[in-house]
Amino acid sequence: MQAINFENVKFSYSDAEENAFALRDVSFSVEEGEFLAILGHNGSGKSTLARLINKLLEPDEGKITVFGMDVSDPKNTFEVRKSVGIVFQNPDNQMVASIVEDDVAFGPENIGVEREEIGRRIDYALDAVGMQAFRHGTPTRLSGGQKQRIAIAGVLAIKPKIIIMDESTAMLDPRGRKEVMDVVLKLNKEEKLTVIMITHFMEEALLADRAIVMNRGEIVMQGAPKEIFSREEDLETYNLTLPAVSAISKALRAGGMDVQATVSLEELAKEIEECVSKRKI
Amino acid sequence: MKDVTFGQYYPAESFVHKCDPRMKIIFLIAYIVAIFVATNFYGLAVCFLGLVVTVVFSKVPFKSVLRSVKGVLFLLVFTAVLNVFFYKGSGDPLLHWKFINIYKEGIYYSIFLICRLFLLVMGSSILTLTTTPVSLTDGLESLLYVFKLMRLPIHELALIMSIALRFIPTLMDETERIMNAQKARGADFESGSLVKRAKALIPILIPLLISSFRRAEELGDAMDARCYSGSKERTKYKKLTFTWRDAVCLLLIALILTGVILFKVFFAALV
Amino acid sequence: MRIQAENLTFTYSPSSPFATYALKGVFLTIEEGEFFGIIGHTGSGKSTFVQHLNALLKVPSAEKKYKPKKLKKGETPPPQIVLKVGDYDLTDKKTDFKELRSKVGMVFQYPEYQLFAENVFEDVAFGLKNFRPEMTKEEVERAVEDALTIVGLDYAEIKDRSPFDLSGGQKRRVAIAGVIVTKPEVLVLDEPAAGLDPLGKKEIMELLHKLHREWCKTVIFVSHDMDEISENCTRAAVFSEGQVKFVDTPKNLFQREDELRQLGLDVPLTAKLTALLREKGIVIDSDYTQRDFCEKVLQYYREREEQV
Repeated sequence: MQAINFENVKFSYSDAEENAFALRDVSFSVEEGEFLAILGHNGSGKSTLARLINKLLEPDEGKITVFGMDVSDPKNTFEVRKSVGIVFQNPDNQMVASIVEDDVAFGPENIGVEREEIGRRIDYALDAVGMQAFRHGTPTRLSGGQKQRIAIAGVLAIKPKIIIMDESTAMLDPRGRKEVMDVVLKLNKEEKLTVIMITHFMEEALLADRAIVMNRGEIVMQGAPKEIFSREEDLETYNLTLPAVSAISKALRAGGMDVQATVSLEELAKEIEECVSKRKI
Repeated sequence: MKDVTFGQYYPAESFVHKCDPRMKIIFLIAYIVAIFVATNFYGLAVCFLGLVVTVVFSKVPFKSVLRSVKGVLFLLVFTAVLNVFFYKGSGDPLLHWKFINIYKEGIYYSIFLICRLFLLVMGSSILTLTTTPVSLTDGLESLLYVFKLMRLPIHELALIMSIALRFIPTLMDETERIMNAQKARGADFESGSLVKRAKALIPILIPLLISSFRRAEELGDAMDARCYSGSKERTKYKKLTFTWRDAVCLLLIALILTGVILFKVFFAALV
Repeated sequence: MRIQAENLTFTYSPSSPFATYALKGVFLTIEEGEFFGIIGHTGSGKSTFVQHLNALLKVPSAEKKYKPKKLKKGETPPPQIVLKVGDYDLTDKKTDFKELRSKVGMVFQYPEYQLFAENVFEDVAFGLKNFRPEMTKEEVERAVEDALTIVGLDYAEIKDRSPFDLSGGQKRRVAIAGVIVTKPEVLVLDEPAAGLDPLGKKEIMELLHKLHREWCKTVIFVSHDMDEISENCTRAAVFSEGQVKFVDTPKNLFQREDELRQLGLDVPLTAKLTALLREKGIVIDSDYTQRDFCEKVLQYYREREEQV
């Protein structure tokens, strides 16, 4: 089933000084259970996209549906927000309570879940992100990665079908990024959640089933991450840098070695080995 | 800035920590009433005894409770000194100099007042030391339920309070960060005239204000995304229940109040 | 200015239940002219260390109220703390700390959040007004123009704009200009590229090299990104649990892959690739920059004759 569908969506900020943030005629769809990465430099419109999906913003033109529900219909707002959870960039700015479990309870309380069921959902959500041990603690003293995992738990407690990570790893250190990515991958594989990962870390996009590249409010590339990263010249025109592996394989090719374009470290090592073994001292 | 104890939660597993926050709020109110009902040192002694019992069962080190007084020490001394000078007793003054008269009663009264305020501040600080901000707001919300009948937006007020408390440490960290950044650029907050010092705060206050707006906006989005829509049909996860602990508290309150009243009736009032 | 630290120890809120050792005896020397990297997890003490370099945090003996503790009988005195930046002795309370701060510039994480003035000019000039009140208006203007120009902004176009109307990348450059405007000899940056997109990161690193060449003798930067460290540093120090575990050139440092992993730290991609190739019998000895690594691989490849 189609989880999300965008049909000729246009959007511009009314007080736009830079129309770079606008969306111009964007159409795409996301299948249920898919892991989609959205790439693009700052100001390419990728975060606007996320906010349109659950009606934090409304499009000027075009149609957006979430599981067949028309997002523009005010009657659907609540249902749409129940099925689409968003984790934002700054871990400090999305918590409402000073105790972890109270924060996770916020979503279910809002949608009127019964008390006992809220308790079960907190259990489920904190287990899913591996933060059960911090249930009664305060988030202030936790690391960025841990805070983001609690933010994910807060979203999970509403039991959404889609989770959007809106640059949720941008402010984290490598360890925190890995923690968050592990959780997201697990949710996608085991809980069958549809994941939309908005990021500018190329390495994270590699884990997705499919990637979309945005530039100046338009979708300019679409396909499997591997395929996209093999189109080196295109990426550079859209102000994206190559993942380091691609950059190295490109440099080796330019130096006359016959290595295939790849994004995996192991494959690159194998390619180099094959290339070298064709020659003898 | 981080050494301010008043209002800071002291994490521990104790009898007092586990009490219902509503009970603790009621306890505090009753305790304050007792302090003001007491009109002599015997009455205050009873209150003090109650305080000591509470501190012992809260597992909060006495030092931490005392530290809360430090913040208001100036105020205490100031009121006491004023009272010494302006209290008009009967009989002859102990000291007479120009228009200043100091009476024996004045000194007694000042000491009495200091004791009273001491007990007051320490009692209040025990509440905040043993109750997390969240359960405190929950307790207040629940107690304020009466006002809901008067159509006041209690739920929203409680949420505002909870968010405010949640952001205090975040904003304190941020203030420190900005202060350090401006200090590194040569800003000086410690010397100069009052006007100069007030002016020196601008490079801190403006970034702080701007970042607060940014945070508020992001938090608003995050709350919307998590289906926040006001109080209609909202449920509460934490329900407060009355336990045996609360019964013990009630008993203690009753004891203190009875003690204070007995002493008030049978001994002469100081004031 | 040479930076020298010995036995540097620091405790946050020493007499409270939350007392935490942030530094437990740091030994580190950074020579003048280095492009020095500092690596470590959050809480490893690296931020506490860099804040000592311009006395935002002070060694106890440099505090105004400091009185030496009397030793009990049989007690050995704690090891002598040494902290010097050039000729400034940071353990001495008589040191002119304000002057020191003008010599050691400090760019904090997300420095754009410290902008406050009505226009870019005023914001950049803030440091000059504090450190060099004797400067004439013309001198201030020239210094601000130089600082904005070197960070890659157009002075005439930007000086009267509000700093809050700029794009994220521009804001960060203005904030950096506001620190370097006093021509510090040492520039310390805490994760200067955090939160930027890849292109923004690349541009910031290029800017740091430019500043190192033309403006500040020594550049010290904190980073989590091992590729950033291997590509840019002359030397780097690894902080862990309040101590410096290793100090070395990236080339030597990243040969200790196992030890770094034990500290929960990563190595650059080129080092991982080197290890993979070594397993296959291909030994590449590079300094772990991408450029050198590729050259060495190609050289290895060319040294072999084509098989017929």
